[in-house]
Amino acid sequence: MSEITDLLPCPEPVQLLAADGTAVPPTEQARERGYAMPAPEDLLAVWRAMVIGRRFDAQATALTKQGRLAVYPSSRGQDACQVAPILALGEQDWLFPTYRDSMALVTHGIDPVEVLTLLRGDWHCGYDPQARRTAPQCTPLATQAVHAAGAAHGLARRGTDALALCLIGDGATSEGDFHEGLNFAAVFEAPAVFLVQNNKYAISVPLAKQTKAPALAYKGVGYGVRSEQVDGNDPAAVLAVMRAAYEHTRAGHGPVLVEAHTYRMEAHTNADDATRYRTQDEVDEWTGQDPIVRLQAYLVGQGHLDDARIEQVRAEAEDLAADLRTRMNAEPAVEPLELFEHVYAEPTPQLAEQRELVRHELAASASAAHGGTETKDTQ
Amino acid sequence: MSTQSGAARGTSTGTRMTIAKALNAGMRAAMERDPKVVLMGEDVGKLGGVFRITEGLQKDFGEDRVIDTPLAESGIVGSAIGLALRGYRPVVEIQFDGFVYPAFDNIVSQVAKMHNRSLGALKVPMVIRIPYGGGIGAVEHHSESNESYFAHTAGLRVVTCSSTEDAYWMMQQAIASDDPVIFYEPKRRYHERGVLDLGEHGGQGVDLDDAPNQLDEAVVRVEGSDVTVLTYGPMVKVAHAAAQAAELEDGPSIEVVDLRSLSPLDTELIEESVRKTGRCIALSEAQTFSSITSELAAHVQEHCFYHLEAPVLRVGGYNIPYPPSRHEEVFLPDLDRVLHAVETLLAY
Repeated sequence: MSEITDLLPCPEPVQLLAADGTAVPPTEQARERGYAMPAPEDLLAVWRAMVIGRRFDAQATALTKQGRLAVYPSSRGQDACQVAPILALGEQDWLFPTYRDSMALVTHGIDPVEVLTLLRGDWHCGYDPQARRTAPQCTPLATQAVHAAGAAHGLARRGTDALALCLIGDGATSEGDFHEGLNFAAVFEAPAVFLVQNNKYAISVPLAKQTKAPALAYKGVGYGVRSEQVDGNDPAAVLAVMRAAYEHTRAGHGPVLVEAHTYRMEAHTNADDATRYRTQDEVDEWTGQDPIVRLQAYLVGQGHLDDARIEQVRAEAEDLAADLRTRMNAEPAVEPLELFEHVYAEPTPQLAEQRELVRHELAASASAAHGGTETKDTQ
Repeated sequence: MSTQSGAARGTSTGTRMTIAKALNAGMRAAMERDPKVVLMGEDVGKLGGVFRITEGLQKDFGEDRVIDTPLAESGIVGSAIGLALRGYRPVVEIQFDGFVYPAFDNIVSQVAKMHNRSLGALKVPMVIRIPYGGGIGAVEHHSESNESYFAHTAGLRVVTCSSTEDAYWMMQQAIASDDPVIFYEPKRRYHERGVLDLGEHGGQGVDLDDAPNQLDEAVVRVEGSDVTVLTYGPMVKVAHAAAQAAELEDGPSIEVVDLRSLSPLDTELIEESVRKTGRCIALSEAQTFSSITSELAAHVQEHCFYHLEAPVLRVGGYNIPYPPSRHEEVFLPDLDRVLHAVETLLAY
């Protein structure tokens, strides 16, 4: 059993950069846990990925308004949480994302068109989860927490130092699977890191109606899980805290829970109206906490970033957006017969029969569309 | 009258064994065959499970392969999904039928769909073992037959056994299957004995494809010519007894079909039997409303309509919550209810 002080989060969210981009000296406890300002090249990588990620996010929102996506849950404002934890992962690590983590998947190197497959309205996740070491984006809340616990246990059994990163939202911390995931990971001593992106709202329900805990980070302590809280709009702090969490769990000390305090700048999805439950003043206040502005100010102030580089990365982001537009505006081929292919390892006789029915229906409607006469004999 | 059950095929070389021991031996064989097979659940380790189905396995395979988990069904199934994604074949025990519901979300939304959602890239070769059914004098939540919930879900296989030989082979086939399998164990038949004939090498090195039975194949337990009884799990014994009773009284000739697999159904054998007899009873402990027996009745009338001499009848539990031990005899279909249904069919 760990000492409780080892488990408890810092009393205030860890911060290394203030909202205006000036460096904040870490507290004594933060220093003890090894949270220090990351190297400039690492911060530059985070900044670049955030700029590209945000452009991707804006493009996905625009595509949804044009009817190209069935729905899109934006993560604008949570850019630091979407980017820094992903860039700090190792090649063998596994990622367990939710539907709001599309930016994280793009940062992870997955083709944006593949990432948007589910949200486009397809039945499959779009990428190869084994090859990408990334589970399909999870829509039922918190179920990925128990999967991550099991996968982490599996990774440890194989004797590697790989870990599983579980992304989760504040609302999902009320789900039973969040608690079962933390508990199983702790009991298995599994190398799992749970990152709660506390963006303050579960659709419309504010955090105050979700929990009476002083911070969500305290929920780990009861399970014997090392816990931490971080300013989720401070990319430097998120990177430092996540790296320390990974190191802790890789060293065999069991799982870590990190709560990142951030804000969902957009509505829940394009179908939601956020003005019904939050004020513009509140949104404006968070606009002043923007993670990209903050890190860019720091990097420019330190002389690590100039206008030429900023322009170059913006152009890179525009290229990605243009490419995404072009490819998403192409009508995807729909192959209804494939719906029957992957339900089981091999289609059952019943599925094979139903697939044949659909094949006949398609053939009949194709023939009708071409002015052909449908007769029983042709079937 | 003859049986096609493999248990009767062998000579005196077979071993008499309970269904419980055969399930245990099946898991042992699977664990020896494949080091990626791990058992998980509440009390499955030192205790060997509350029904002792995993008895001795932790002692022989270690705590790493027979894992006593925290008491949380969603956590058990969910973390087994994670293990499966990393190449393991978890065999999960749900302690009692009535305790599976906390895991329902993970089973129907995750276990069942992972293969489809990843275009086959992710396999979840998991077996979820559930002791089911009544007749053991238990209190509430310990006697349910909830197989229809899972049979309704695309992506899951749902199977059950009724004999020693099936218990042994089907358990291994379920574990070897690349599909997730819900394995229903007829708990009131755990201690019924049957013959397991493993041949001269004790079953070592036997290809599962060459086993006497296959996971998705039904079997005719009793041949008959007047009425087909389609049934499974704990009710096979009741149907068997009904066939014997009818024969002793020179009554109608009853054919008993043991489905083994509830999803998918072996529709070929079902249709063949009903076309031969022209009459069909679907028999199960479960409440008949929206159930496996409903599916059987619908399938038979759709596919065998012109061969039917009478409507398909369902014999099963009433649409009430399963009544605990003091009243369970009222609920459970018995010999009389089956024979009454047979008479009803013949009176058409």
